[in-house]
Amino acid sequence: MTDGEERFLACPVPWETTVSSTDSAALRHTALDAVHRSLGATMTDFAGWDMPLRYGSERDEHNAVRTKAGLFDLSHMGEITVTGPQAAALLDHALVGNIGAVKPGRARYTMICQADGGILDDLIVYRLAETEYMVVANASNAQVVLDALTERAAGFDAEVRDDRDAYALIAVQGPASPGILASVTDADLDNLKYYAGLPGTVAGVPALIARTGYTGEDGFELFVKPEHAVELWQALTKAGEGAGLVPCGLSCRDTLRLEAGMPLYGHELTAELTPFDAGLGRVVKFDKDGDFVGREALREAAERAEQNPPRVLVGLVAEGRRVPRAGYDVVADGKVIGRVTSGAPSPTLGKPIAMAYVDAAHAAPGTPGVGVDIRGTHEPYEVVALPFYKRQK
Amino acid sequence: MSNPQQLRYSKEHEWLSPAEDGVATVGITEHAANALGDVVFVQLPAVGESVSAGETCGELESTKSVSELYSPVNGEVTEINEDVVADPSLVNSAPFEGGWLFKVRVAEEPGDLLSADEYTAYTAG
Repeated sequence: MTDGEERFLACPVPWETTVSSTDSAALRHTALDAVHRSLGATMTDFAGWDMPLRYGSERDEHNAVRTKAGLFDLSHMGEITVTGPQAAALLDHALVGNIGAVKPGRARYTMICQADGGILDDLIVYRLAETEYMVVANASNAQVVLDALTERAAGFDAEVRDDRDAYALIAVQGPASPGILASVTDADLDNLKYYAGLPGTVAGVPALIARTGYTGEDGFELFVKPEHAVELWQALTKAGEGAGLVPCGLSCRDTLRLEAGMPLYGHELTAELTPFDAGLGRVVKFDKDGDFVGREALREAAERAEQNPPRVLVGLVAEGRRVPRAGYDVVADGKVIGRVTSGAPSPTLGKPIAMAYVDAAHAAPGTPGVGVDIRGTHEPYEVVALPFYKRQK
Repeated sequence: MSNPQQLRYSKEHEWLSPAEDGVATVGITEHAANALGDVVFVQLPAVGESVSAGETCGELESTKSVSELYSPVNGEVTEINEDVVADPSLVNSAPFEGGWLFKVRVAEEPGDLLSADEYTAYTAG
Protein backbone atom coordinates (compact mmCIF):
# COMPACT_ATOMS: atom_id res chain seq x y z
CA MET A 1 0.00 0.00 0.00
CA THR A 2 2.23 2.74 1.22
CA ASP A 3 5.95 2.62 1.07
CA GLY A 4 8.24 3.91 3.76
CA GLU A 5 8.92 7.21 2.09
CA GLU A 6 5.28 8.19 2.27
CA ARG A 7 4.78 7.17 5.84
CA PHE A 8 4.90 10.67 7.24
CA LEU A 9 2.72 13.03 5.38
CA ALA A 10 3.60 16.37 6.86
CA CYS A 11 6.72 18.08 8.10
CA PRO A 12 8.51 18.00 10.39
CA VAL A 13 8.93 14.26 10.24
CA PRO A 14 8.05 13.27 13.79
CA TRP A 15 10.50 10.46 14.39
CA GLU A 16 13.36 12.62 13.23
CA THR A 17 13.04 15.16 15.98
CA THR A 18 15.81 14.44 18.41
CA VAL A 19 15.40 14.06 22.13
CA SER A 20 18.25 15.78 23.94
CA SER A 21 21.68 14.30 23.34
CA THR A 22 21.23 12.95 19.82
CA ASP A 23 23.91 13.98 17.33
CA SER A 24 23.22 17.32 15.75
CA ALA A 25 26.75 18.35 14.85
CA ALA A 26 25.85 19.93 11.53
CA LEU A 27 23.44 22.37 13.13
CA ARG A 28 24.13 25.69 14.82
CA HIS A 29 23.52 25.85 18.54
CA THR A 30 22.42 28.82 20.61
CA ALA A 31 24.12 29.97 23.79
CA LEU A 32 21.30 28.26 25.70
CA ASP A 33 21.84 24.82 24.17
CA ALA A 34 23.01 23.15 27.39
CA VAL A 35 20.03 24.63 29.24
CA HIS A 36 17.59 23.16 26.73
CA ARG A 37 19.20 19.75 27.02
CA SER A 38 19.13 19.85 30.81
CA LEU A 39 15.41 20.65 30.58
CA GLY A 40 14.89 17.58 28.37
CA ALA A 41 13.74 19.58 25.35
CA THR A 42 12.77 17.87 22.13
CA MET A 43 14.98 19.63 19.61
CA THR A 44 14.35 20.31 15.94
CA ASP A 45 16.25 21.63 12.96
CA PHE A 46 14.87 25.08 12.28
CA ALA A 47 16.61 26.95 9.45
CA GLY A 48 19.88 25.22 10.26
CA TRP A 49 19.61 25.83 14.00
CA ASP A 50 19.09 23.14 16.61
CA MET A 51 16.17 24.69 18.48
CA PRO A 52 13.76 23.56 21.20
CA LEU A 53 10.53 22.30 19.61
CA ARG A 54 8.92 21.71 23.02
CA TYR A 55 9.95 20.87 26.54
CA GLY A 56 6.85 18.92 27.53
CA SER A 57 3.33 19.28 26.17
CA GLU A 58 3.16 21.97 23.48
CA ARG A 59 -0.49 22.55 24.33
CA ASP A 60 0.42 23.28 27.96
CA GLU A 61 3.15 25.65 26.78
CA HIS A 62 0.68 27.40 24.48
CA ASN A 63 -1.88 27.78 27.25
CA ALA A 64 0.77 29.09 29.66
CA VAL A 65 1.54 31.95 27.26
CA ARG A 66 -2.17 32.77 26.85
CA THR A 67 -2.90 32.75 30.60
CA LYS A 68 0.41 33.24 32.45
CA ALA A 69 3.82 33.44 30.80
CA GLY A 70 6.29 31.58 28.62
CA LEU A 71 10.06 31.84 28.18
CA PHE A 72 11.50 31.42 24.69
CA ASP A 73 14.99 31.14 23.22
CA LEU A 74 14.81 32.97 19.89
CA SER A 75 18.53 33.33 19.35
CA HIS A 76 18.21 31.98 15.83
CA MET A 77 16.72 35.31 14.69
CA GLY A 78 19.13 37.33 12.54
CA GLU A 79 20.24 40.75 13.79
CA ILE A 80 21.73 43.23 11.35
CA THR A 81 22.92 46.65 12.54
CA VAL A 82 22.76 49.66 10.25
CA THR A 83 24.63 52.78 11.33
CA GLY A 84 25.82 56.05 9.89
CA PRO A 85 24.57 59.49 8.88
CA GLN A 86 22.47 57.96 6.07
CA ALA A 87 21.26 54.88 7.95
CA ALA A 88 17.67 56.11 7.77
CA ALA A 89 17.95 57.02 4.09
CA LEU A 90 19.40 53.61 3.28
CA LEU A 91 16.59 51.77 5.07
CA ASP A 92 13.95 53.97 3.44
CA HIS A 93 15.45 52.97 0.10
CA ALA A 94 15.94 49.28 0.93
CA LEU A 95 12.68 48.56 2.79
CA VAL A 96 9.04 49.32 2.00
CA GLY A 97 8.28 51.16 5.25
CA ASN A 98 8.85 54.75 6.32
CA ILE A 99 11.84 53.96 8.51
CA GLY A 100 13.12 57.54 8.77
CA ALA A 101 9.87 58.42 10.55
CA VAL A 102 10.45 55.88 13.33
CA LYS A 103 11.50 57.73 16.47
CA PRO A 104 14.56 56.59 18.42
CA GLY A 105 13.41 54.01 20.95
CA ARG A 106 10.58 52.77 18.76
CA ALA A 107 10.23 49.79 16.44
CA ARG A 108 8.36 49.07 13.21
CA TYR A 109 7.08 45.92 11.50
CA THR A 110 8.13 46.14 7.85
CA MET A 111 9.23 44.15 4.81
CA ILE A 112 12.08 43.99 2.35
CA CYS A 113 10.98 43.33 -1.24
CA GLN A 114 12.57 42.52 -4.56
CA ALA A 115 12.41 44.97 -7.46
CA ASP A 116 9.42 42.93 -8.73
CA GLY A 117 7.63 43.45 -5.42
CA GLY A 118 8.10 39.89 -4.15
CA ILE A 119 8.67 39.65 -0.40
CA LEU A 120 12.23 38.75 0.60
CA ASP A 121 11.43 38.81 4.32
CA ASP A 122 9.32 40.44 6.98
CA LEU A 123 11.31 42.34 9.58
CA ILE A 124 11.18 44.26 12.79
CA VAL A 125 13.35 47.37 12.67
CA TYR A 126 14.35 48.99 15.97
CA ARG A 127 15.66 52.54 15.90
CA LEU A 128 18.24 52.43 18.67
CA ALA A 129 19.52 55.98 18.11
CA GLU A 130 19.31 58.79 15.56
CA THR A 131 21.88 57.07 13.33
CA GLU A 132 21.62 53.44 14.50
CA TYR A 133 19.05 50.78 13.63
CA MET A 134 18.81 47.08 14.36
CA VAL A 135 17.05 45.03 11.69
CA VAL A 136 15.77 41.63 12.89
CA ALA A 137 15.28 39.09 10.11
CA ASN A 138 13.95 35.55 10.13
CA ALA A 139 16.69 32.96 10.62
CA SER A 140 15.93 31.38 7.26
CA ASN A 141 16.34 34.71 5.46
CA ALA A 142 19.03 36.46 7.49
CA GLN A 143 21.73 35.94 4.87
CA VAL A 144 19.43 37.06 2.04
CA VAL A 145 18.50 40.20 3.97
CA LEU A 146 22.12 40.91 4.87
CA ASP A 147 23.18 40.53 1.25
CA ALA A 148 20.34 42.72 -0.02
CA LEU A 149 21.00 45.48 2.52
CA THR A 150 24.71 45.39 1.78
CA GLU A 151 24.07 45.67 -1.95
CA ARG A 152 21.47 48.39 -1.54
CA ALA A 153 23.84 50.37 0.72
CA ALA A 154 26.03 51.31 -2.25
CA GLY A 155 26.21 55.09 -2.47
CA PHE A 156 24.84 55.65 1.04
CA ASP A 157 26.97 56.93 3.90
CA ALA A 158 25.94 54.00 6.10
CA GLU A 159 27.40 50.74 7.34
CA VAL A 160 25.59 47.38 7.32
CA ARG A 161 26.97 45.03 9.97
CA ASP A 162 26.26 41.33 10.45
CA ASP A 163 25.43 41.05 14.16
CA ARG A 164 23.86 37.58 14.08
CA ASP A 165 26.48 36.24 16.48
CA ALA A 166 26.50 39.34 18.65
CA TYR A 167 23.13 38.65 20.28
CA ALA A 168 21.19 36.00 22.06
CA LEU A 169 17.44 36.69 22.09
CA ILE A 170 15.21 35.64 24.98
CA ALA A 171 11.48 36.40 24.95
CA VAL A 172 9.09 36.53 27.89
CA GLN A 173 5.53 36.45 26.60
CA GLY A 174 2.13 36.36 28.25
CA PRO A 175 -0.04 38.41 30.60
CA ALA A 176 2.26 37.78 33.58
CA SER A 177 5.37 38.89 31.69
CA PRO A 178 5.35 42.57 32.77
CA GLY A 179 5.30 41.58 36.44
CA ILE A 180 7.99 38.96 36.00
CA LEU A 181 10.29 41.30 34.10
CA ALA A 182 9.64 44.20 36.51
CA SER A 183 10.92 42.03 39.37
CA VAL A 184 14.36 41.78 37.74
CA THR A 185 14.81 45.22 36.17
CA ASP A 186 14.60 48.87 37.14
CA ALA A 187 13.72 49.83 33.58
CA ASP A 188 10.51 51.85 33.21
CA LEU A 189 8.32 49.12 31.72
CA ASP A 190 5.08 51.02 32.36
CA ASN A 191 6.15 53.62 29.83
CA LEU A 192 7.58 51.09 27.38
CA LYS A 193 4.88 50.94 24.72
CA TYR A 194 4.11 48.10 22.31
CA TYR A 195 6.72 48.23 19.55
CA ALA A 196 9.19 50.24 21.63
CA GLY A 197 12.63 49.28 22.89
CA LEU A 198 15.10 50.72 25.37
CA PRO A 199 18.53 49.78 26.65
CA GLY A 200 18.56 48.68 30.26
CA THR A 201 19.77 46.14 32.76
CA VAL A 202 17.86 42.91 33.44
CA ALA A 203 19.03 40.70 36.30
CA GLY A 204 22.38 42.48 36.22
CA VAL A 205 22.81 41.88 32.49
CA PRO A 206 22.87 44.69 29.90
CA ALA A 207 19.97 44.19 27.50
CA LEU A 208 17.94 45.85 24.81
CA ILE A 209 14.44 45.51 26.21
CA ALA A 210 11.78 45.51 23.48
CA ARG A 211 8.03 45.21 23.90
CA THR A 212 7.52 43.02 20.87
CA GLY A 213 6.56 39.44 20.20
CA TYR A 214 4.98 36.88 17.95
CA THR A 215 2.36 35.35 20.21
CA GLY A 216 -0.58 37.75 20.27
CA GLU A 217 0.07 38.46 23.94
CA ASP A 218 1.79 41.27 25.81
CA GLY A 219 5.46 40.47 26.19
CA PHE A 220 9.08 41.39 25.84
CA GLU A 221 12.06 40.41 23.75
CA LEU A 222 15.47 40.80 25.37
CA PHE A 223 18.56 41.12 23.17
CA VAL A 224 21.70 40.32 25.17
CA LYS A 225 25.25 39.21 24.58
CA PRO A 226 25.42 35.43 24.13
CA GLU A 227 27.71 35.09 27.17
CA HIS A 228 24.92 36.54 29.32
CA ALA A 229 22.13 34.36 27.96
CA VAL A 230 22.29 31.52 30.50
CA GLU A 231 22.44 33.92 33.44
CA LEU A 232 19.43 35.86 32.15
CA TRP A 233 17.44 32.69 31.37
CA GLN A 234 18.03 31.34 34.88
CA ALA A 235 17.12 34.67 36.49
CA LEU A 236 13.88 34.89 34.50
CA THR A 237 13.04 31.27 35.30
CA LYS A 238 13.44 32.01 38.98
CA ALA A 239 11.54 35.31 38.77
CA GLY A 240 8.66 33.52 37.02
CA GLU A 241 8.44 30.57 39.39
CA GLY A 242 5.46 31.88 41.32
CA ALA A 243 3.75 33.31 38.23
CA GLY A 244 3.43 30.13 36.17
CA LEU A 245 6.24 30.89 33.70
CA VAL A 246 7.29 27.81 31.70
CA PRO A 247 9.96 27.30 29.04
CA CYS A 248 8.34 27.24 25.60
CA GLY A 249 9.47 25.79 22.29
CA LEU A 250 8.94 26.72 18.67
CA SER A 251 5.94 24.40 18.34
CA CYS A 252 3.75 26.54 20.58
CA ARG A 253 5.24 29.71 19.10
CA ASP A 254 3.80 28.55 15.78
CA THR A 255 0.31 27.85 17.15
CA LEU A 256 0.35 31.12 19.12
CA ARG A 257 1.20 33.21 16.05
CA LEU A 258 -1.28 31.27 13.93
CA GLU A 259 -4.14 31.99 16.35
CA ALA A 260 -3.07 35.64 16.33
CA GLY A 261 -3.23 35.67 12.50
CA MET A 262 0.45 36.57 12.17
CA PRO A 263 2.15 35.51 8.93
CA LEU A 264 5.20 33.25 8.79
CA TYR A 265 7.73 33.60 6.01
CA GLY A 266 7.74 30.56 3.76
CA HIS A 267 4.06 30.00 4.52
CA GLU A 268 1.91 33.14 4.18
CA LEU A 269 4.80 35.23 2.80
CA THR A 270 7.03 34.23 -0.13
CA ALA A 271 9.04 35.87 -2.89
CA GLU A 272 6.16 35.03 -5.26
CA LEU A 273 3.80 37.28 -3.30
CA THR A 274 3.78 41.03 -2.72
CA PRO A 275 2.71 42.57 0.61
CA PHE A 276 -0.61 43.45 -1.08
CA ASP A 277 -1.24 39.85 -2.06
CA ALA A 278 -0.70 38.91 1.59
CA GLY A 279 -3.21 41.48 2.81
CA LEU A 280 -0.39 43.50 4.35
CA GLY A 281 -0.25 46.38 1.87
CA ARG A 282 -0.42 48.78 4.80
CA VAL A 283 3.30 48.21 5.43
CA VAL A 284 4.15 49.77 2.04
CA LYS A 285 4.56 53.55 2.32
CA PHE A 286 4.44 55.19 -1.11
CA ASP A 287 4.43 58.68 0.39
CA LYS A 288 7.89 58.50 1.94
CA ASP A 289 10.83 60.52 0.63
CA GLY A 290 12.85 59.12 -2.22
CA ASP A 291 12.60 56.01 -4.33
CA PHE A 292 12.62 52.52 -2.83
CA VAL A 293 13.28 49.07 -4.18
CA GLY A 294 10.06 47.64 -5.59
CA ARG A 295 8.08 50.89 -5.70
CA GLU A 296 6.87 50.61 -9.29
CA ALA A 297 5.92 46.94 -9.08
CA LEU A 298 4.20 47.49 -5.75
CA ARG A 299 2.07 50.33 -7.21
CA GLU A 300 0.76 47.86 -9.76
CA ALA A 301 0.31 45.20 -7.09
CA ALA A 302 -1.73 47.63 -5.00
CA GLU A 303 -4.07 48.38 -7.92
CA ARG A 304 -4.41 44.70 -8.77
CA ALA A 305 -5.22 43.81 -5.18
CA GLU A 306 -7.88 46.50 -5.07
CA GLN A 307 -9.56 45.88 -8.41
CA ASN A 308 -8.97 42.24 -9.17
CA PRO A 309 -7.48 40.33 -6.28
CA PRO A 310 -6.31 36.88 -7.36
CA ARG A 311 -6.43 35.13 -4.02
CA VAL A 312 -7.10 36.42 -0.53
CA LEU A 313 -5.64 35.28 2.78
CA VAL A 314 -8.43 33.99 5.03
CA GLY A 315 -8.92 32.01 8.19
CA LEU A 316 -10.51 28.56 8.19
CA VAL A 317 -12.03 26.86 11.22
CA ALA A 318 -12.74 23.15 11.12
CA GLU A 319 -16.13 21.70 11.82
CA GLY A 320 -14.50 18.31 12.38
CA ARG A 321 -11.31 17.26 14.10
CA ARG A 322 -8.94 16.55 11.23
CA VAL A 323 -6.14 19.05 10.95
CA PRO A 324 -5.37 20.95 7.76
CA ARG A 325 -1.66 21.21 6.97
CA ALA A 326 0.40 23.58 4.83
CA GLY A 327 0.03 22.69 1.16
CA TYR A 328 -3.39 21.04 1.37
CA ASP A 329 -5.94 22.15 -1.22
CA VAL A 330 -8.95 24.25 -0.28
CA VAL A 331 -11.97 23.05 -2.23
CA ALA A 332 -15.54 24.07 -3.09
CA ASP A 333 -17.97 22.17 -5.32
CA GLY A 334 -15.25 19.62 -5.99
CA LYS A 335 -12.90 22.28 -7.40
CA VAL A 336 -9.63 23.53 -5.95
CA ILE A 337 -10.14 27.16 -4.92
CA GLY A 338 -7.11 27.73 -2.73
CA ARG A 339 -4.31 26.35 -0.66
CA VAL A 340 -3.60 26.07 3.05
CA THR A 341 -0.45 27.94 4.13
CA SER A 342 -0.47 27.08 7.86
CA GLY A 343 -2.68 24.79 9.90
CA ALA A 344 -2.77 23.35 13.39
CA PRO A 345 -5.08 22.25 16.16
CA SER A 346 -5.85 25.48 18.03
CA PRO A 347 -5.53 25.04 21.79
CA THR A 348 -7.52 28.21 22.45
CA LEU A 349 -10.43 27.44 20.09
CA GLY A 350 -10.29 23.70 20.68
CA LYS A 351 -10.61 23.09 16.94
CA PRO A 352 -8.28 22.80 13.98
CA ILE A 353 -7.60 26.15 12.28
CA ALA A 354 -5.75 27.24 9.19
CA MET A 355 -4.68 30.23 7.17
CA ALA A 356 -5.20 29.80 3.43
CA TYR A 357 -5.11 31.73 0.19
CA VAL A 358 -8.47 31.30 -1.53
CA ASP A 359 -10.05 32.70 -4.69
CA ALA A 360 -11.70 36.04 -3.97
CA ALA A 361 -15.16 34.62 -4.77
CA HIS A 362 -14.89 32.30 -1.76
CA ALA A 363 -13.06 34.64 0.62
CA ALA A 364 -15.96 36.30 2.43
CA PRO A 365 -16.48 35.10 6.00
CA GLY A 366 -19.28 32.56 6.09
CA THR A 367 -18.96 31.58 2.42
CA PRO A 368 -20.80 28.23 2.26
CA GLY A 369 -19.47 24.98 0.85
CA VAL A 370 -15.78 25.49 1.55
CA GLY A 371 -13.68 22.52 2.59
CA VAL A 372 -10.14 21.27 2.81
CA ASP A 373 -8.92 18.18 1.01
CA ILE A 374 -7.36 16.26 3.87
CA ARG A 375 -5.53 13.39 2.24
CA GLY A 376 -8.37 12.65 -0.14
CA THR A 377 -11.36 13.51 2.04
CA HIS A 378 -13.12 16.86 1.74
CA GLU A 379 -13.66 18.08 5.28
CA PRO A 380 -15.98 21.09 5.83
CA TYR A 381 -14.44 24.35 7.01
CA GLU A 382 -15.85 27.74 7.90
CA VAL A 383 -14.27 30.82 6.32
CA VAL A 384 -13.58 33.43 9.02
CA ALA A 385 -11.87 36.81 9.25
CA LEU A 386 -8.38 36.86 10.77
CA PRO A 387 -7.20 36.78 13.49
CA PHE A 388 -8.68 33.76 15.25
CA TYR A 389 -7.69 35.18 18.61
CA LYS A 390 -7.30 38.72 19.93
CA ARG A 391 -6.28 39.38 23.49
CA GLN A 392 -8.48 41.51 25.74
CA LYS A 393 -6.60 44.70 26.58
CA MET B 1 11.06 5.63 29.48
CA SER B 2 10.84 1.90 29.75
CA ASN B 3 9.18 -0.49 27.34
CA PRO B 4 7.13 -3.21 29.07
CA GLN B 5 8.85 -6.59 28.85
CA GLN B 6 5.70 -8.59 28.09
CA LEU B 7 5.00 -6.65 24.88
CA ARG B 8 6.52 -7.03 21.46
CA TYR B 9 7.29 -4.17 19.13
CA SER B 10 7.31 -3.26 15.45
CA LYS B 11 9.85 -1.00 13.79
CA GLU B 12 6.90 1.28 13.00
CA HIS B 13 6.64 1.89 16.75
CA GLU B 14 3.52 -0.13 17.49
CA TRP B 15 3.34 -2.52 20.44
CA LEU B 16 1.51 -5.85 20.55
CA SER B 17 0.32 -7.58 23.70
CA PRO B 18 0.43 -11.35 24.21
CA ALA B 19 -2.73 -12.84 22.68
CA GLU B 20 -5.55 -13.97 24.93
CA ASP B 21 -7.88 -16.43 23.18
CA GLY B 22 -6.18 -15.36 19.96
CA VAL B 23 -6.85 -11.64 20.47
CA ALA B 24 -4.00 -9.17 21.01
CA THR B 25 -4.03 -5.46 21.85
CA VAL B 26 -2.18 -2.86 19.73
CA GLY B 27 -0.98 0.63 20.60
CA ILE B 28 1.87 2.98 19.83
CA THR B 29 4.93 3.15 22.02
CA GLU B 30 5.87 5.88 24.45
CA HIS B 31 8.80 6.69 22.19
CA ALA B 32 6.38 7.27 19.32
CA ALA B 33 3.97 9.27 21.47
CA ASN B 34 6.80 11.51 22.66
CA ALA B 35 8.03 12.03 19.13
CA LEU B 36 4.54 12.96 17.93
CA GLY B 37 3.81 15.44 20.71
CA ASP B 38 0.25 16.13 21.82
CA VAL B 39 -2.00 13.77 19.87
CA VAL B 40 -5.22 15.54 18.89
CA PHE B 41 -6.95 13.07 16.58
CA VAL B 42 -6.86 9.34 16.01
CA GLN B 43 -8.49 7.48 13.17
CA LEU B 44 -8.72 3.76 13.85
CA PRO B 45 -9.69 0.83 11.63
CA ALA B 46 -13.30 -0.33 11.84
CA VAL B 47 -14.32 -3.36 13.89
CA GLY B 48 -14.40 -6.33 11.53
CA GLU B 49 -11.81 -4.82 9.18
CA SER B 50 -8.91 -6.98 8.05
CA VAL B 51 -5.50 -5.54 8.76
CA SER B 52 -2.13 -6.65 7.44
CA ALA B 53 1.26 -6.46 9.03
CA GLY B 54 3.21 -3.42 7.89
CA GLU B 55 0.23 -1.85 6.17
CA THR B 56 -1.47 1.39 7.15
CA CYS B 57 -4.77 1.04 9.03
CA GLY B 58 -5.33 4.47 10.54
CA GLU B 59 -3.67 7.74 11.43
CA LEU B 60 -2.60 9.86 14.35
CA GLU B 61 -2.50 13.64 14.24
CA SER B 62 -0.53 15.82 16.59
CA THR B 63 0.10 19.54 16.72
CA LYS B 64 2.95 19.45 14.23
CA SER B 65 2.45 16.30 12.23
CA VAL B 66 0.31 13.47 11.01
CA SER B 67 1.55 9.91 10.83
CA GLU B 68 0.04 6.69 9.73
CA LEU B 69 -0.82 3.81 12.00
CA TYR B 70 0.46 0.39 11.00
CA SER B 71 -0.76 -2.98 12.09
CA PRO B 72 1.99 -5.14 13.53
CA VAL B 73 0.16 -8.37 12.53
CA ASN B 74 -2.32 -9.83 10.03
CA GLY B 75 -5.78 -10.31 11.43
CA GLU B 76 -9.24 -8.95 12.02
CA VAL B 77 -10.06 -5.98 14.23
CA THR B 78 -12.36 -7.05 17.10
CA GLU B 79 -12.57 -3.86 19.12
CA ILE B 80 -11.37 -0.26 19.05
CA ASN B 81 -10.65 1.99 22.01
CA GLU B 82 -13.54 4.48 21.98
CA ASP B 83 -12.00 6.30 24.94
CA VAL B 84 -8.94 7.23 22.91
CA VAL B 85 -11.12 8.40 20.01
CA ALA B 86 -12.93 10.72 22.43
CA ASP B 87 -9.75 11.78 24.23
CA PRO B 88 -6.66 11.32 22.05
CA SER B 89 -4.40 12.71 24.80
CA LEU B 90 -4.57 9.21 26.36
CA VAL B 91 -2.00 8.21 23.76
CA ASN B 92 0.44 10.64 25.41
CA SER B 93 -0.49 10.09 29.04
CA ALA B 94 -0.77 6.29 29.00
CA PRO B 95 0.53 4.88 25.70
CA PHE B 96 0.93 1.33 27.04
CA GLU B 97 -2.31 1.28 29.03
CA GLY B 98 -5.39 3.49 28.64
CA GLY B 99 -4.05 4.76 25.32
CA TRP B 100 -4.26 1.38 23.56
CA LEU B 101 -5.74 1.66 20.06
CA PHE B 102 -7.37 -1.55 18.85
CA LYS B 103 -7.66 -5.30 19.44
CA VAL B 104 -7.01 -7.77 16.69
CA ARG B 105 -7.69 -11.49 16.24
CA VAL B 106 -4.25 -12.57 15.10
CA ALA B 107 -4.19 -14.67 11.93
CA GLU B 108 -0.49 -14.39 11.23
CA GLU B 109 2.42 -12.68 12.84
CA PRO B 110 5.52 -11.50 11.02
CA GLY B 111 8.79 -12.98 12.24
CA ASP B 112 10.52 -9.64 12.75
CA LEU B 113 8.74 -8.21 15.79
CA LEU B 114 11.17 -6.98 18.44
CA SER B 115 11.47 -7.79 22.12
CA ALA B 116 11.38 -4.93 24.62
CA ASP B 117 15.17 -4.92 24.87
CA GLU B 118 15.59 -5.06 21.11
CA TYR B 119 13.11 -2.19 20.65
CA THR B 120 14.85 -0.14 23.32
CA ALA B 121 18.15 -0.64 21.49
CA TYR B 122 16.46 0.13 18.15
CA THR B 123 15.10 3.48 19.36
CA ALA B 124 18.31 4.42 21.16
CA GLY B 125 20.09 4.55 17.78
